[in-house]
Amino acid sequence: MIVDNFINLYHGFYIAGDPFNILLMVIGILLGVIIGVLPGLGGANGVAILLPLTFSMSPTSAIILLTCIYWGALFGGAITSVLFNIPGEPWSVATTFDGHPMARSGRAGEALTAAFTSSFVGAFFAIVMITLIAPLVAQFALQFGPAEKFAVYFLAFASFVGMSKEPPAKTIVSMMIGFALAAVGLDMVTGQLRLTFGVTELLNGFDFLIAVIGLFGIGEILLTMEEGLEFRGKAAKIDPKVVWKTWKTLPKYWATSLRSCIIGCWMGITPAGATPASFMAYGIAKRVSKNGKNFGNGEIEGVVAPETAAHAAGTAAMLPMLALGVPGSPTAAVLLGGLLIWGLQPGPMLFVEQAEFVWGLIASMYLGNVVGLILVLTTVPLFASILRIPFSIIAPVILVICAIGAYTVNNNVFDVLMMMVFGVLGYLLKKTNYPLAPLVLAIVLGDSAEEAFRQSLLGSGGSIAVFWSNPLVSTIMALGLIAGLWPLIAMGFSKLRGNTTQPA
Amino acid sequence: MEQAHHGAAAGPKQRAVEIGTALLTMLFGLVVIYGSVIVGFGWGSDGPEAGFFPFYVGLIICICSLINLVLGFREEATGLFAEWGQLGQVLRVLIPATIYVALIPFLGIYLPSFLLIVVFMTWLGKYGFPLSLAVAVGVPAFFYLTLERWFLIPLPKGPIEAMLGL
Repeated sequence: MIVDNFINLYHGFYIAGDPFNILLMVIGILLGVIIGVLPGLGGANGVAILLPLTFSMSPTSAIILLTCIYWGALFGGAITSVLFNIPGEPWSVATTFDGHPMARSGRAGEALTAAFTSSFVGAFFAIVMITLIAPLVAQFALQFGPAEKFAVYFLAFASFVGMSKEPPAKTIVSMMIGFALAAVGLDMVTGQLRLTFGVTELLNGFDFLIAVIGLFGIGEILLTMEEGLEFRGKAAKIDPKVVWKTWKTLPKYWATSLRSCIIGCWMGITPAGATPASFMAYGIAKRVSKNGKNFGNGEIEGVVAPETAAHAAGTAAMLPMLALGVPGSPTAAVLLGGLLIWGLQPGPMLFVEQAEFVWGLIASMYLGNVVGLILVLTTVPLFASILRIPFSIIAPVILVICAIGAYTVNNNVFDVLMMMVFGVLGYLLKKTNYPLAPLVLAIVLGDSAEEAFRQSLLGSGGSIAVFWSNPLVSTIMALGLIAGLWPLIAMGFSKLRGNTTQPA
Repeated sequence: MEQAHHGAAAGPKQRAVEIGTALLTMLFGLVVIYGSVIVGFGWGSDGPEAGFFPFYVGLIICICSLINLVLGFREEATGLFAEWGQLGQVLRVLIPATIYVALIPFLGIYLPSFLLIVVFMTWLGKYGFPLSLAVAVGVPAFFYLTLERWFLIPLPKGPIEAMLGL
């Protein structure tokens, strides 16, 4: 079985190593870093905007381009965190704690080298894990019936509720808004129109790509405008000497790296993972490290820990997307939408029917991250200078890009208006601490989740007991309940412990 | 958000906005329930009806909005959502952007994009006309060449483009 994987992977390298695909990787990474660096463009909406450009490519080349944009955006987030103290993505927040102090004390080169290298290590660890585990998971998932499928969706969404730092009721509202928006339009089972209230534009429902571009793109611009950000960053210069010097110190932190890799992979597979993973890895490193007291003042270990975990999580998020059809992050959700548009059915059958595609993608992850590491190390000053372009030039250009992106999804001007509505909604929700990721994932997965739910109920004649009818589905549902109720459970535990240690 | 402590700054309260958002999501939940009820949310002759799933989704939205509403009322009354000045900044982007989007169906994407960039750069960025015009012409031209010429993806066009025969 494992040997088969390596043969498949070897073929994958053959596909991904095609000169055209390597070129796409370079373009993808560069675009991705630009997207990650610019305010208002992030991994999710950047990929969403560029998705229509790939309609005419072969699916393998298309996904290589888009995943490389994702890797590039992940790298780009570190640049803004270290140099400008602005996290490009939520999971880069923990990188600012020690990365920016390092830059302020003139060690920007070291901080960036450490960040990029750790990102690479984390991603690499996660890819090796995907190579070994994804085919097994997929094979296992082939036995899933509708009830098991729904249970997996339930687990995915329940972990959002349990893991996110926002209040559970807000997470649920945001998620359910996504499900409701996904339900708008033609009902696939009965062929009936629902929730359109006679508006013809809503016949096809809400496209999640429009939602992503609006929520993350326009919403972000409005937020940036409110904060009146002026980018006053530190200069960055990376020369081979600094890189070499930093690389020599990094092996010292192998324990931190390994720990962060494991945290990241674990949190990435369960959705909503990357941000908590980076904070968790940072927190644990701070507690364990002998330099822990100095964390926050520019400790290199404080850059290594969160970056490794965030990238391990960001990459590991691809595993459930490929093997189960359940994306672990908004960007993975957009990629999943891409699969559907290219005519591929995500999920366990992908490994059987589209082996070439899957292994080409996995091989491109290896190559893409190597290419990415080299590219970002050599081009940082260029990207740092992009951030120095004043916001009053960047903002209208990004607005134009978002509008073009929204239009090209379906060649429909109504979508551009919807994008604006989603933008205002995104601003409002973000300001009131409603998480956006569950909303996006729910729009993407709404139809499949509903279908699985109705099919299972159909099989059981309407009895909810079908979700507890065999050990497999019961286990997944139980895991989901634990994940969803985790805050309550954790509270109970700490109370119990409080009672036993302090006998009153 | 730290400005809330200075006292001098004024603006809508976080509490009011939280309550408003909760009411808004509740309204949305009610609309979803209503829409599900009119297509039927029960158990039809061939299984669950079209409104079955959305009905419960709407119900959950309403219940959780109620929780958020209560939490919103319990929020401390002093925290600011944003200062008026900050909201003004937001509106200075939002209003041109909304006009921009509203113009696209009539004028295509190129002319409104040109206008948006010029207005933005001269009005908000205080740039001179030469640079603003250069960016405002350059950006749409770049997208025309890459998207329409290279990738053959048509973008919306209006009467001006028709006159030019593009």
